[in-house]
Amino acid sequence: MKQLLKAHEGLTHEVYLDNENSTMVPKEVVDAMLPYYNKKGYGNPTLTHKPGWEAFETIMESQQQLSKFVGAKILEELTLTPGETEANNLALMGAAFALKSKGRKILISEIEPINVLHVAEMLQKFGFTTSKIPVNTEGVVDLEKLKEAMSKETIIVSISTVNNELGTIEPVKEAASIVKDINPESVFHTDASDAYGRIPVNVQDSKVDMATVSSYKILGPRGIGALYIKEGVNVEKILEGQIGTQKLWPGVENTPLIVGFTKASELAFQNFDGNVNRMRTLRDKLVNGIFNELTDVKLNGATGEKRSPDNANISFLRCEGEALTIELSLSGIYVSSGSACSRRLLQPSHVLVAIGRKFSEAHGSILMKTTRYMTEEDIAYVLEVLPKAVGRIRGIVGQTGVD
Amino acid sequence: MSRVPLPYTQKVLDLFRNPKNLGKMEDATVVAVAGNPACGDMITFYLKINEQQIIEKATFESYGCAANIATASIVTEMIKGLSLETAWKDVTWKKVTEEVGGLPSVKFHCGILAVGAVKRAIRKYFEEKGTMPDWVPKEHTFEEKQAIEEEELAKTLSKRLKVAEEKQS
Repeated sequence: MKQLLKAHEGLTHEVYLDNENSTMVPKEVVDAMLPYYNKKGYGNPTLTHKPGWEAFETIMESQQQLSKFVGAKILEELTLTPGETEANNLALMGAAFALKSKGRKILISEIEPINVLHVAEMLQKFGFTTSKIPVNTEGVVDLEKLKEAMSKETIIVSISTVNNELGTIEPVKEAASIVKDINPESVFHTDASDAYGRIPVNVQDSKVDMATVSSYKILGPRGIGALYIKEGVNVEKILEGQIGTQKLWPGVENTPLIVGFTKASELAFQNFDGNVNRMRTLRDKLVNGIFNELTDVKLNGATGEKRSPDNANISFLRCEGEALTIELSLSGIYVSSGSACSRRLLQPSHVLVAIGRKFSEAHGSILMKTTRYMTEEDIAYVLEVLPKAVGRIRGIVGQTGVD
Repeated sequence: MSRVPLPYTQKVLDLFRNPKNLGKMEDATVVAVAGNPACGDMITFYLKINEQQIIEKATFESYGCAANIATASIVTEMIKGLSLETAWKDVTWKKVTEEVGGLPSVKFHCGILAVGAVKRAIRKYFEEKGTMPDWVPKEHTFEEKQAIEEEELAKTLSKRLKVAEEKQS
């Protein structure tokens, strides 16, 4: 690994576009967190001394703010968890265990993130049945199929607000209404991690019962997220241990991370329209530039208003994705690919396959997400490097990858 | 999305950046392909073989990851100047892996596929001549089987894709 890192020495420009998988944390967020490691609020919030009370006060204030950002009526509707994965596990498993006497059917879209998909599949071992609702070629869930699949036996439906790979905005409001009309006792969950900070998210605007949000998806620290659970909706805990301020999540609260998540949310929402426009402008420049510079490229996912403003997912035909990510990294551009190359399973992204992409198209897919911190110069640099990188990899392929 | 960290060696990185013997050979004696783009893993070898059955020159094209490119490149260097018999017997996937300074275990199949492609080329050369030397076993070797296995998998994948394609139309 050291040699790999050494090969990057002397880079003059770096552009981080892999904001799907982790992000840089802005200085102002880190600065907000640091005092809570050793200056104040470093105590356990459930104990009776000053550092504990400070922690309690800070967590409650943060939770109050976060509740407002998602539209929760009271802060108790929010459960802080160590992230999106944990929140989605809690939502599906916790609701399944609480509702098992009412029915055993679970519905999810076929493009849900792995931390919903695998949990829903795992629950089949406990007597639940999981079905997947198909999506169209843009990745929009088929509401007619949802209506057909929905029954009185269905207890949980989970559909993301924005798909994490494609950026496609799902008709969650309509989906939740369909679900509730057929079985008012079912619960509707949405992973809103990729919507939060990008499109308006308010749990009061629809009939959703549970919604997941994540800190690192909005440039906050990793290791913290939250699950909104509407008051009155029954969810069981899925972990046992010391219960503190979070009734559904045991363990000692991580006050600095909670503060960081709150600060990151504040920054995302204090100039929401400006932030979104910036992401969209940069993203559009990036995508348009790629389509102008290169042939044999395909945009994966929806266009226009149906797409999240930060997401660019493009398949470069005759160009294997892992090779391209390495080539770009050596020039200081950091992206990820839906290629299967590092997995012996040889299965590319299930999301790209679900929208009807050929396997070879999925192997050449690159996912990029813009942030408000990026500049026009960053995009110009990517547009200068990317065509050369694709050209070199395609040169190695020759006629071999043509199918 | 791929999740396994891949600590490639300096040699793999060097060959990825500057592959040796890259490109189609117009006057190749034999051409062999292994793998399938559906698997994101495919190699073509072009061999120039003289009358003494010595590999005078080998070139490649590769659709695959950095390890695929690097192993294909090193194989062209390793087999150059060897007799077909020595290339068959001595160029094993383990040696290929050693030559690139080691590979992450999930990438071993890249070296196996590269050797499988060479063996396929040699077998094809003798099939075209109509005589098979006794050092070429009737049964496919482990490396050749690997190539076949990947291609079979690609077929299964394509079948499943037909369903997806119908959706697209």
